[in-house]
Amino acid sequence: MAQYQNIFTQVQLRASPEMGVPLPAEQQGSRTQGTTFSHIMGLIGQAQIGPVYLGYLGVTSLVLGLIAFEIIGLNMLASVGWDPIQFVRQLFWLSLEPPGPEYGFSPFVPLAEGGWFILAGLCFTSSVILWWIRSYRRASALGMGKHVSWAFASAIFLMLVLGFIRPMMMGSWAEAVPYGIFPHLDWTAAFSIRYGNLFYNPFHALSIVFLYGSVLLFAMHGATILAVGRYGGEREIEQITDRGTASERAALFWRWTMGFNATMESIHRWAWWFAVLTTLTGGIGILLTGTVVDNWYLWAQEHGYASLYPDSNVADPASMGSAGE
Amino acid sequence: MSKLKAYHVALLALPLTLTACEFAPKTTEQNGIAGTGMNRVYVTDANIPADVPAPPYELPPPGGPLASEVYENVQVLGDISADEFNYLMAAITEWVAPEQGCNYCHNPANMASDEIYTKGVARSMIQMTQDVNQNWSSHVAQTGVTCWTCHRGNNIPENVWTLPEELTSNSINGNRRGQNEPMELTGNTSLPNVAIARYLLNGDDPAEIRVASSTSHPSGNTTTTMETEATFSLMIHMSNSLGVNCTYCHNTQAFAEWNRSTPARATAWHGIRMVRNINSEYITPLTSVFPDNRLGPAGDPYKTNCTTCHQGQNLPMGGVRMVADYPALQSVLAPATTDSVAAGSEMTDTN
Repeated sequence: MAQYQNIFTQVQLRASPEMGVPLPAEQQGSRTQGTTFSHIMGLIGQAQIGPVYLGYLGVTSLVLGLIAFEIIGLNMLASVGWDPIQFVRQLFWLSLEPPGPEYGFSPFVPLAEGGWFILAGLCFTSSVILWWIRSYRRASALGMGKHVSWAFASAIFLMLVLGFIRPMMMGSWAEAVPYGIFPHLDWTAAFSIRYGNLFYNPFHALSIVFLYGSVLLFAMHGATILAVGRYGGEREIEQITDRGTASERAALFWRWTMGFNATMESIHRWAWWFAVLTTLTGGIGILLTGTVVDNWYLWAQEHGYASLYPDSNVADPASMGSAGE
Repeated sequence: MSKLKAYHVALLALPLTLTACEFAPKTTEQNGIAGTGMNRVYVTDANIPADVPAPPYELPPPGGPLASEVYENVQVLGDISADEFNYLMAAITEWVAPEQGCNYCHNPANMASDEIYTKGVARSMIQMTQDVNQNWSSHVAQTGVTCWTCHRGNNIPENVWTLPEELTSNSINGNRRGQNEPMELTGNTSLPNVAIARYLLNGDDPAEIRVASSTSHPSGNTTTTMETEATFSLMIHMSNSLGVNCTYCHNTQAFAEWNRSTPARATAWHGIRMVRNINSEYITPLTSVFPDNRLGPAGDPYKTNCTTCHQGQNLPMGGVRMVADYPALQSVLAPATTDSVAAGSEMTDTN
C-alpha cells in the first residue's frame, strides 16, 4: 500500500499549489504568490515550496545576520593572514574573541582588540530580535497562538544572557562567549573551572533535566504517533476533539506500560514547556554565576546540596613553609 | 574486499582523522574514593624505566688531589677530586655533545679558557642541576636530575620554548589574540598559547594560576572567564607533558580544593615553582652570553617547561635515578658557590 507523508514519503502530490487560508483584503494583496515543487524536499516533508513571506522585517533580519556572519568569518580569515587554505584547515580553532578584561564593558574598543566582536554581537542580536518580531507577526496574521514566538524568545534569552546581559552585570566583555567552534567549548570548560564547577549549579541541573526530558518526550511522542499512523494517528489535532481509534490505542498503550497517558493535546504542552524551560532555567543559572554565586561547589556544600567525600589529606603547599618557598 | 566495504571502513575511520587520540595501550588505576571518578590514566609503556647512558667508567673512589688543585679556573666543581671531575666531564660530553666532544665547550689548546660561550653556559647549568637536586626535592624527590634529563644527547634540549615575536601593528591581519592556533605546546587546543610565559617565566611576579574563589559568594575575585582559559591552557600543557589525565592530580568535582586532590598535585605545584626558578634565575641571566642563533625571535634564550624533562612521562625516563652515579651533581658544593646558587631560597610567591 502506498504511504503518504512519512519519512520517506513515497507518494508526492502534484496539483495547483495550496495558498493557505484567505486573509483580509489589505493583507491579501501584499502576499507573494510564487510557489514551486521540490522532489527532494517532498521526500522528507511537503513537496510544495512557498509562498514565502519575507517582508521588511525578514529582509532586514537576513541582512543583519549576513553582516554578523561576514564580520566573524572575515575576522577568522584575517587571523590566518587571509590564507584560504589555512582558513579551511584551522576553521575549528579560529575565533572572533571578545575584548579583554582591560576594556571592562566599554562599548568603545579598538576593532582589532574586540571591537569587531561587539559589532558582530550587535548585528547578530538585532537580526535575531527582528526575526522574533517577524515570527510573532506572522503568527498573528494567521490568527495563530504565539507559542512559537515565546519558545523562540526563551532561546534568545539564553543567548542574550551569555553574550550581553551577564557580561554587562559582571562589567566585563571578557565574560562573553567567543564566536568560534573550539573556542566556545573552551569558554564553557573555563567558565565551569572559574566558578567552581557548574555541575553544582541547581539551575544548570534543571536545564539538563529539561533538555534530556525534551529528548525523551520527543522520542516518546514521535514514536507513538508513528506507531498509530496506520490508523490516521498523524491527524493529532482532529483527534483532540474527536478521539479516533488511533488516539484510543496510543493512550491505552501508555496506560498499559506506565499507568498514565498524556492526551493528544497535553503531550504538546509537556513538550513545549520542557523545551522552553531548558533555555529559561539555563539562562537563570548563567545569570546567577559570578553575580550571586562565585563558587558553586562551596555553595553546594554550604547548602547540603552535594555530598562531602572523605578528605584526601593533601594540604595547600602555599599555606606551608615548604622547600623553595 | 569489495569496493563498498572499503568505502564503509573508510567512512567509519573518518572521525579518527579529526581526533588527537593517543593509540598506545593505557593503564587505569583508581586513585581516590570509589564513585568519585578518581582514576589515573597513563600510557602503560611510559612507566617502564628507560635505557639511559651508563656511566663512562666506574666512579673513581674518593680521595686524591682536588680538581681545583690540578686544573685552572675550576669555579663550580673545584671541591671534587680531579678523577671524579674527569669522570663527570666524560659523562657530560656524552649527555650534551656526543658528536662534538670536549671541543664543544673547551678550547683544546687551553682547556681552562672561558672563551667559548658554551663553557659558561655549562657552568651555570651544573649549578642549576645541583640547586634542583639539593633544594627542590619537593619536586624531584630522591630521583633527582642530571644533564641527560633534559638534554638526552642534544646540544639544546628538544622541548624548549621562546617568546613569540611581538605583534606590532594593531591589525586583525594575522592577529589570533594569542590563541586559537593548534600548537604542540598547548596540546593542539585553541587555548591561549601565552600560558607558559605567563606562569613559568616571571619568577618573582608570576600571574595567579588559581582562578576559583575561596568563598561561595562574590568577594573580590575579579578573574574573568577569558583569563581562566590561560590557567586551563597551562593545565593542558602539564597533562600533555606528563602523559596523564586531569584526575591524576585533581578531583574534577572541585579542581581548586586541595583536600579533594591527590598528593601528585602538590608535587606539580612545586614543579611549577621549580621551572619558574630555573627560567628566571639560571636561563634568563644567560641572555647576553648566547649568540644570536641561540635566541628566539624576541631575543630571549630557549627556556624550560614541564615537557623539557618529562617528555610524556609522569616520571622522566620512567623514574631512573641517574644522579646516584654522579655525587658531584647531587648538591651544591659549598665552597665554590657563586652569586646565583642560593637563588632557590629567595622565592616569595604564594600561588
